[in-house]
Amino acid sequence: MSNRRNLAAYPHIVWSALFIVAPMLFVLYYTFTDGAGDPTLENITRIGTSNYLLIFLNSLCMALIATVICLVIAYPLAYIFSRMRADTQSIMMVLIMLPLWMNFLITTYSWMTLLEDTGIINTLLGYIGIGPLHMINTPGAVITGMVFCFLPYMVMPIYSVMAGIDPRIIEAAKDLGCSDRDVLFRVVMPMSISGVISGITMVFVPSISTFYISQKLGGGTFQLIGDTIESYFTGTAINFHFGAALSMVLMIMILISMGVMNRFGDENEERGLLK
Amino acid sequence: MKKLSKLYLAIVFIFLYSPIVVMILISFNAGESTAHMTGLSLRWYRQMLSDDITLNAFRNTLVLSSVSALVSTLLGTLASVGISRIRKRRIRNAVKNVTNLPMVNPDIVTGISLMLLFVFTAQALGRESALGFGSLLIAHITFSLPYVIMSVLPKINQLDRSVPEAAMDLGCTPMQSFFKVELPFISPGIVTGLIMAFTLSFDDFVISNFTSGASFETLTIHIYAMIKKSVKPGIYALSTLIFIVVMTLILVYNLLSSRDRRER
Amino acid sequence: MMKKLLALAIGLMLAAGLSACGQTDEKLYVYNWGEYLSDGVYGDRDNLAAFEEYYEEITGRSIKVYYTTYPSNEDMYAKVSSGTSIYDVIFPSDYMVERLIAEDLLLPINIEEVCDELGAECYYDTVTEDFRGLYYDPEDKYSVPYTYGRVGIIYNTTMVDEEDCTGWEILWNDKYAGKILQFNNARDAFSTVQYMLGIDVNTTDPADWELVYDKMLEQKEIIQSYVMDEIYNKMESGEAAVAAYYAGDYFTMLEVNEDLGFFYPEETNIFVDCMCIPKGSGNPKAAAMFINYMLKDEAAIPNAECLFYASPHECVYTDEDYIEEMGEEVMEVLYPEDFNFREQLNKYAFRNLDPETAELVNGLWEELKIEGGLPDSIYMTAGILAALIAAAVIGILVRNRRRAKWY
Repeated sequence: MSNRRNLAAYPHIVWSALFIVAPMLFVLYYTFTDGAGDPTLENITRIGTSNYLLIFLNSLCMALIATVICLVIAYPLAYIFSRMRADTQSIMMVLIMLPLWMNFLITTYSWMTLLEDTGIINTLLGYIGIGPLHMINTPGAVITGMVFCFLPYMVMPIYSVMAGIDPRIIEAAKDLGCSDRDVLFRVVMPMSISGVISGITMVFVPSISTFYISQKLGGGTFQLIGDTIESYFTGTAINFHFGAALSMVLMIMILISMGVMNRFGDENEERGLLK
Repeated sequence: MKKLSKLYLAIVFIFLYSPIVVMILISFNAGESTAHMTGLSLRWYRQMLSDDITLNAFRNTLVLSSVSALVSTLLGTLASVGISRIRKRRIRNAVKNVTNLPMVNPDIVTGISLMLLFVFTAQALGRESALGFGSLLIAHITFSLPYVIMSVLPKINQLDRSVPEAAMDLGCTPMQSFFKVELPFISPGIVTGLIMAFTLSFDDFVISNFTSGASFETLTIHIYAMIKKSVKPGIYALSTLIFIVVMTLILVYNLLSSRDRRER
Repeated sequence: MMKKLLALAIGLMLAAGLSACGQTDEKLYVYNWGEYLSDGVYGDRDNLAAFEEYYEEITGRSIKVYYTTYPSNEDMYAKVSSGTSIYDVIFPSDYMVERLIAEDLLLPINIEEVCDELGAECYYDTVTEDFRGLYYDPEDKYSVPYTYGRVGIIYNTTMVDEEDCTGWEILWNDKYAGKILQFNNARDAFSTVQYMLGIDVNTTDPADWELVYDKMLEQKEIIQSYVMDEIYNKMESGEAAVAAYYAGDYFTMLEVNEDLGFFYPEETNIFVDCMCIPKGSGNPKAAAMFINYMLKDEAAIPNAECLFYASPHECVYTDEDYIEEMGEEVMEVLYPEDFNFREQLNKYAFRNLDPETAELVNGLWEELKIEGGLPDSIYMTAGILAALIAAAVIGILVRNRRRAKWY
């Protein structure tokens, strides 16, 4: 039986080989060749010698800040949800997921309307006599856009882990003399680390490579790695090879940081994304 | 404490919904602008309903996301069942890591790598049209798969192995035991995976942008192409309609399922 | 219960999608700029449906137009040149036509022969003499002009003094610091400096480009943002005071904000967007017929009306209804008198840059974007966060290890 059953994984293994592994090999191939198809290391060395390191650093900083903000907002939120009635919990999760169904190109546009100097927020502030705050075209605006777009991806896994914690464990802790605060810090937090790690992955990865949000909310006055990669595939100086090299470095950077994260975290396979 | 957490929830929801409120407001704009309200009207709704190109792009998006969600859920569920039964830990971890690649890979890299693959295959086969519905579908299934597996696999792992064994001892064939015992247990995970897959592919822009072709345009690509000319409130009207439909659907779903639960 | 509902919903969606796929004898893949054709959306004429009818009338065969859109010449080029998709009609700008011809990516259109063969009336004559034999396609073999226009400066009359509206300098006037918009693409943005300083926009001299870069850097200090489509919102709402953009689009903004004004600097960019048939087209004859139809007055006039760009087609700009519809002011801006189109185009249009120059330009553009970078506060915050995270991780690891020893 058991032998036959792992046959079920084969379609997926074939699929992964064709559409996950093979494409990666193409990125590799393009990274180490030039326009004529000859092998070269120039694409990689070019990244090391110029401004690209700074672009990487900028993206890293922005993504890091956005991820931490998401975590700080999402963690208490998930905790509050997990202590609500079951029916309310699922409605709350729906409300968190719902913004994801809106096209992010449009919601980003709406943020523009909100944050501008003559935008909605400043107009409202004007009524109560607070003078216009400059928000649009700053890194802060871009981070706001990222947090908005990716917050649900942080809430979901954390919530699902917290909701999965057996209430009897918490009762037991209380019986043994834990205060509410102790329960939170000594029981819930250690048990929810796997959710936190999935959440960090799901927010950090898209925010480091985003390009639309930075263009619209950042005013195009600074460049992130997503913008740069995109420009080599559809910009003025199309260069698939260099674009592939940039993608490659970005990918390796992310894989390393995720590898570190995962080693640090528990085996998070036992818990799902959502309950 | 209760009050504090209510206040906190309110703030977060205001944050999450303010751009949507803006979107809904502007969809009723009488003027042409997406920045400046000049009055209220339904003109953009009327216009949207006659906008065949946008509606077609929307329909394409729906078809693409449903097909890709269904296929990836099927594949992913099968895969989870299989993966959970791979005995060798090293192989199991290898399969799992490869599966997770599209999730830890930036969208832009996934999109580009798939595009490079399609371009190359098309050239090798001498076919000129590599990008279209097929390539988009493959791409969407590929990036949805890890999310499905991530939702289903834990459910399978939670299931006590002795339960299906007991079923078989009581005379079930392995097939019966799977369909009658295991499947109902893991079905919440499957539904979550399906919804996740649909949501992701519905809203995807980056990967679609690199893998779409001449015959098939999704809504996000269509909107992105308006970059040179202005974005008109018509798109906001369509999004508002989507918002209302989804909101109603999900709330009805929730009401029904909580009633289901109570009846049980 | 829930499962049935879900299945029903999915079934409905699929049915809705599949029912749309009718069968036709032929297919035509048109790849155009977003919002760049009269498609019936704004209550105007649906030129795609009209073409389907027209084609069926002439050939007796039904055809379905698949219409997809792109945001820039470069996006289109990436798709067409990679050979991943078959398109039948594309709408590249002048310099892109030049590039596509040079790379042997276009088919000859042969519009007259195709019309003769199919027994259709040919409308090519409506293309004005001025627009024939232009530099990018001297024999008019591969392209038919679709629309043209020039870049001008749009300003908000309530925020800008009329006397400052002298030329490109206004984009460097620090009186309007924080209220100036600049193009968010290398070529268009750099060209504003080049026209101002009288440098050839197609210069291959790196020193020229360096000079341009310095000027751009100077401007970056006082600029509000680099924009493309956002310009509509920002000019319409009064968020920004002055910006450079295409003349036709000014009128779209004017409809929303009456305070806007417009002028052409003495030297400015001029472009022609064309219709071409890319190599690999599966249906070049239908493509030629499509192009032909776009030249017919009943299609060309609605196109020009909805685009607000100038039309190179005689049947459009001599049409009385069109002139009335546009109004005097628009006609003056779009079709100024004694304007020598050919001379202007040869002098000021973008040419396709050689790969080295293109790379240089792209590099300078990247540098411009990076220059100044993020505010220090971002780096500091990120640094502090990274340190905190590292401390937490180490703390937990140490504690776990200590615990492991205990048990």
